[in-house]
Amino acid sequence: MKYLLIEDNAELAGALCTRMRLDGHVIDHARTLSEGSDFLSVGEYDLILLDIMLPDGDGRAFLERHRAQEGDTPVIVLTARSEVSDRVSMLDLGADDYLTKPFDHAELQARCRAVLRRRTGSAQTVIRRGDAALDPVASVLTIGEAEVTLRNRELRLLELFMNAPGQIFSKDKLVDRLFSYDGTVTENAIEVYVGRLRKHLEPSSLTISTHRGLGYRLDEG
Amino acid sequence: MRGRATSLRRRLTWTLIGGAAVLAVLFYLVVRTYAQQIAQQGQDRILEASLTSLMDAAVVREGQVEVDVPYAAFAMLDTAADDRVFYAIHQGAELLTGYDGLVDGPFVAMARPAFDTVGFAGIDVRLAQLTRVLPASPAPVMLTVSVAQTRDSLAGTLWAISVNAALFGGAFFVLAAGMALWTSRSTMRPLSQMAEAVARRGPRDLRPVVRAVPTELSPLVTSLNSLMTRLSASLTQSETFIAEAAHRVRTPLATVRTHAEATLMRVDRDENRAALRSMIRAIDESSRAAGQLLDHAMVTFRGDQMERSAVDLVGICRELVDRLTPVAEMKDLELVLRADGPVVVQADPILIQNAVRNLIDNALKYSPPEGAVRIEVQADPVAVIVCDEGAGFPEAQIAELSQRFQRGANAGDTVGSGLGLTIAQDVAEAHGGRLELVNVDRGGACATLYL
Repeated sequence: MKYLLIEDNAELAGALCTRMRLDGHVIDHARTLSEGSDFLSVGEYDLILLDIMLPDGDGRAFLERHRAQEGDTPVIVLTARSEVSDRVSMLDLGADDYLTKPFDHAELQARCRAVLRRRTGSAQTVIRRGDAALDPVASVLTIGEAEVTLRNRELRLLELFMNAPGQIFSKDKLVDRLFSYDGTVTENAIEVYVGRLRKHLEPSSLTISTHRGLGYRLDEG
Repeated sequence: MRGRATSLRRRLTWTLIGGAAVLAVLFYLVVRTYAQQIAQQGQDRILEASLTSLMDAAVVREGQVEVDVPYAAFAMLDTAADDRVFYAIHQGAELLTGYDGLVDGPFVAMARPAFDTVGFAGIDVRLAQLTRVLPASPAPVMLTVSVAQTRDSLAGTLWAISVNAALFGGAFFVLAAGMALWTSRSTMRPLSQMAEAVARRGPRDLRPVVRAVPTELSPLVTSLNSLMTRLSASLTQSETFIAEAAHRVRTPLATVRTHAEATLMRVDRDENRAALRSMIRAIDESSRAAGQLLDHAMVTFRGDQMERSAVDLVGICRELVDRLTPVAEMKDLELVLRADGPVVVQADPILIQNAVRNLIDNALKYSPPEGAVRIEVQADPVAVIVCDEGAGFPEAQIAELSQRFQRGANAGDTVGSGLGLTIAQDVAEAHGGRLELVNVDRGGACATLYL
């Protein structure tokens, strides 16, 4: 998916861009509101991530302008202020959702997906491997004619595998990627989810192989 | 305020009424004294006339005084009250005619009659007395005429005048007291109107007072306005400061967290991964604690001066469910809202929203994946019930859990500040309700926010 990040803090923006690209997303970074408008006038984006306090103005003014120009790209506001005070004004001005800093990247992804699902119903970028196609927004796996709706954790696990076929993921890494860091999830849970994915993928040309002591890998054909 | 509180209005009223009372009594006394003097003068004048006519009737023949007492001398003393009249005529010291003992000698000649009030035969009488030296041969004769009259008629007149004076005084007092009440009320009205206007304001309304006030009040209003301006400036300043501080702290925290997450994806060594993981946890703990502390401070502040308005609990819950659904989905949890229709209560929407969000947050955190969190809005009694399918509250601790910074023994590694239930409980209490925590037999726990 293609994101536009409007954020004046270079450090945070850099970290966020790295993190997004690791997940296989495309992301452009604008440091100011005017830079953001420039990016928007030349490119198409699935989603805008907007900071509220920017050097050349308030993010809320940008939101208002964006909606007035009938820009329909969904906007998720990243705010460092307390939720209570900004909540109403943000949603009233046409933000699709908001997230308080610091945020869990998985939650950001979940919110992006939820916003896109509300807006468009499905993703513009469907991930295809072999005869399987995964729509990460609608959470639907299509194999030939058959469609399976995946649970959220199954979706995130499969998305991970399909974005990096041939790469071995250790259970440990999968735990980190799938669950928040509250430590209540064991590696056994990964086995359960991998088991389910294998069942879903049975009719397809994709398989998930176990590499003892190393982890799991998605193989084609 | 120190010392005994005084009421300006009461003080003004009592001063005016007291003044009116003093004036009324003074009026009565003056009228009575004056009336008494006039009446006395009247009686004295008649007594003098009677005296003079007696004196004129006296003739001296060969050194012997003869008085042919004229009828008119006593007829003029006739009164409505049938006052009794006494008289005595002395030649030298010897009583010629009249009542013995009315006056005693020795007498000296005088130019004008003398008046006096004396007791005679056990009653008060007004006595007029005149002594003259009549020229006669061989020697001048000293003649003393005394006339006395009882004072019944005078007393009657005085009584009538006193009663009238008292009535007038009383009426004046009643009228003046009424006017005093009206005056003090109308004088104090601008003050109480201003007090009311200020009291009616919401707790965050710090606009200056602009209504027209009497000149005497304008210094007070000026200082009040200047206080309001300073207070408002300091509030805005501290709000801006908190927002700015939060921004300054949260943005770098977000940077560190995002970096840590990205790094975690790329490093392989177990000890590095463990370190990064605990780093992320620490960031989550601190940002959550900071957020909850701010929320708790906000709940305490707002709870003290509640701004109640009509709030639809179902609407609030629906909004929260929408907002929290992406978080629930990450654990494949379903958020189920059960409600029959709008449940509208008088409450502070921001407080209620905060409390319910904390309850749902908790339920999401402690629920096992792929379950459901049920939220029910109940109309009678008004309550929001949030149920999860987790391990439940530790029975032994259930009473202490809503205390500040108390966390359940089975909270394990779940990130939390221990303030969520405290906030919910404080909100319930601010609305005159309570928070009830129960474990459900078939597994899970319910938190009920009664309002």
